[in-house]
Amino acid sequence: MEIAFLLAALVSVACVTLICVFLLANGVPAMREIGFFDFLLGRTWKPGADIYGIFPMIVGSIYVTGLALLMGVPIALLTAVYLAYFCPKRIYRMIKPAIELLAGIPSVVYGFFGIVVLVPLVRALGEPFDGRGNSILTASMLLAIMILPTIIGVVEPAIRAVPRSYYEGSLALGATHERSVFAAVMPAARSGVQAGIVLGLGRAMGETMAVIMVAGNQARMPKGIFQGIRTLTGNIVMEMGYATGLHREALIATGVVLFVFILLINLAFSALKRRDAR
Amino acid sequence: MTTKFSVQHMDLHYGAFHALKDVNLNIRAHEITAFIGPSGCGKSTLLRSLNRMNDLVEDCRITGDIRLDGEDIYAPGTDVNMLRKRVGMVFQKPNPFPMSVYDNVAYGPRTHGVKKRAALDAIVEKSLRDAAIWDEVKDRLHRSALGLSGGQQQRLCIARALAAQPEVILMDEPTSALDPISTGRIEDLAMELKRDYTIVMVTHNMQQATRVSDSTVFFLLGEIIESGKTEAIFSRPQDKRTEAYITGRFG
Repeated sequence: MEIAFLLAALVSVACVTLICVFLLANGVPAMREIGFFDFLLGRTWKPGADIYGIFPMIVGSIYVTGLALLMGVPIALLTAVYLAYFCPKRIYRMIKPAIELLAGIPSVVYGFFGIVVLVPLVRALGEPFDGRGNSILTASMLLAIMILPTIIGVVEPAIRAVPRSYYEGSLALGATHERSVFAAVMPAARSGVQAGIVLGLGRAMGETMAVIMVAGNQARMPKGIFQGIRTLTGNIVMEMGYATGLHREALIATGVVLFVFILLINLAFSALKRRDAR
Repeated sequence: MTTKFSVQHMDLHYGAFHALKDVNLNIRAHEITAFIGPSGCGKSTLLRSLNRMNDLVEDCRITGDIRLDGEDIYAPGTDVNMLRKRVGMVFQKPNPFPMSVYDNVAYGPRTHGVKKRAALDAIVEKSLRDAAIWDEVKDRLHRSALGLSGGQQQRLCIARALAAQPEVILMDEPTSALDPISTGRIEDLAMELKRDYTIVMVTHNMQQATRVSDSTVFFLLGEIIESGKTEAIFSRPQDKRTEAYITGRFG
C-alpha cells in the first residue's frame, strides 16, 4: 500500500523533471544557435529575418509584474489586515466570498473586463502622453486585480495564525488597536506575508491570456507605461501556433527563461524563509 | 498606606453567566496583593477588569465601580490606552514579541512617543536591570527574544511592562509555566518591585501567596469570600471555605 502512496508522490516529481528535460532539450540548442547573449539581450525580435532577441519581452514581463505588485500588494495586505482584525462579522461574510469569487474568474473574463473598462480608462489617462489604451499600465492594473485573491488568501490566514497573546501583550502595554496590529501582529506574520507576495509574483509573471488581451503585444522596448508591451508568456502564445524550425525552438527557449525566472523567485523565497527562521 | 484600586459593588457578566458577584475590594499601593481560589472562581476575570482587558471579550458587561487613584476607570471618555500604560500586565504564558530583546523592551516607550535612541537605550537598560535579567541578555540585546528560556522570557516580559513606566503591575499566574528556580526568581523580583510599584498577582499556588504577598483575597464561584493580611488569612481564616481551600481540601 505504501508503494501506491510513493508512486502518487512521484508523479509530481516526474512531471517537474520531464518538464525540465523537455524545456532544456528543446530550448538550449536554439539558444546556442542564436547565441546566448544575442538571445537574452538582443533588442530585436524578427522571426521573419531569423532575429530572435527577447530582451524586450524580459523587460516587459518585469515591468508588468513589478507594477502589478506595486499596485496590488498594498491593497492586498490592507485587505488581509482588515479581514483579520478590523472587519465586523457581518461585513466579513460579504467580503470573503467576493474575494474568493475573484479567484475563480477565468482569466479570459478578466481580459474582457480589461478591454471594456481598463483600456478606455488608460487611453483617456494616457492621452496627454501620446499613450495607448493597450499598454503596460493596463496590463499591470489588470494583474494587480488578479493577484489580490492570491495574496489575500495566503496573508489573511498567516495573520490569523499569529498568537493572540502578541496582540494582547501589545494592548496591555497601552498600544492602540492599530499599533498592536501593525507593530506586534504584522511582524510576526512576516514569513506569511512574504509567501503571499511571492505567490502573487509568480501568478503575475505566469499569467498569459488576460495580459495578451490588453498589453498591445508589440515586441519592442517599451518607452513608458502608456506604451504597449509583450511579455514572455505572451510571446510564446502569440506565435506558437504557426512557428516552425528555429522560430519554434526560440519560443521554447523563451519558456526556459520564464522557467528560470520562476525558479529564481522560489529560491529567493526559500532564502527569505531561512533567514526568517534564524 | 494609600489605596490604589478600589472596587465597589462590581458585577460582571459574560453573556448570561454571572462571573463576578458584588465585588468589594481595596488594593493598597506598594503591596503585593494575591488573588487565590480554585479555577473558574473569577480571580483572573477581576484582574483583567483592572486594566480593562475584558473589553476584548464580547458580551462582557460590567456594572459597579472600579477606581484607580479615585478615578472611575470605566467612566465614559476614559483613555483606555493610557489606563493600560499605567496598569501594566504580565501574562500566564510568557509572550515576548518575535523581535529582538531590545525591541521588546522598547515597544512600550516607542508606543508612548519616545524616539531618541539615547533615551530608549537608557530605558531599556534600566528596565532590564530592574527585572533582574540585564546580565543575562546584555550581550544579546539585538537577537531574537524567542531564543531565551521560559523563565528569562517571563522576566523579559516584566521588563517590557516596566519600560512603559506603569504604576501597577498585574500578574496573571506569572510562574505557572515555569520551573521552580525561575519561579523563585520571579517571586524575588516581585518583592523587589513592590517598593516602586503596586502588584496584583493571581496565583494557584498557596505557598507562593504566603511567600510573596502582603494581602490575600480568596475567591469562590465569583464571590470574594475573604480578604485581608496574608498572614491573618493563612493562620486564622474567618470563613470555613477559606480554611478548607488553604488547607488543600478542594481546588
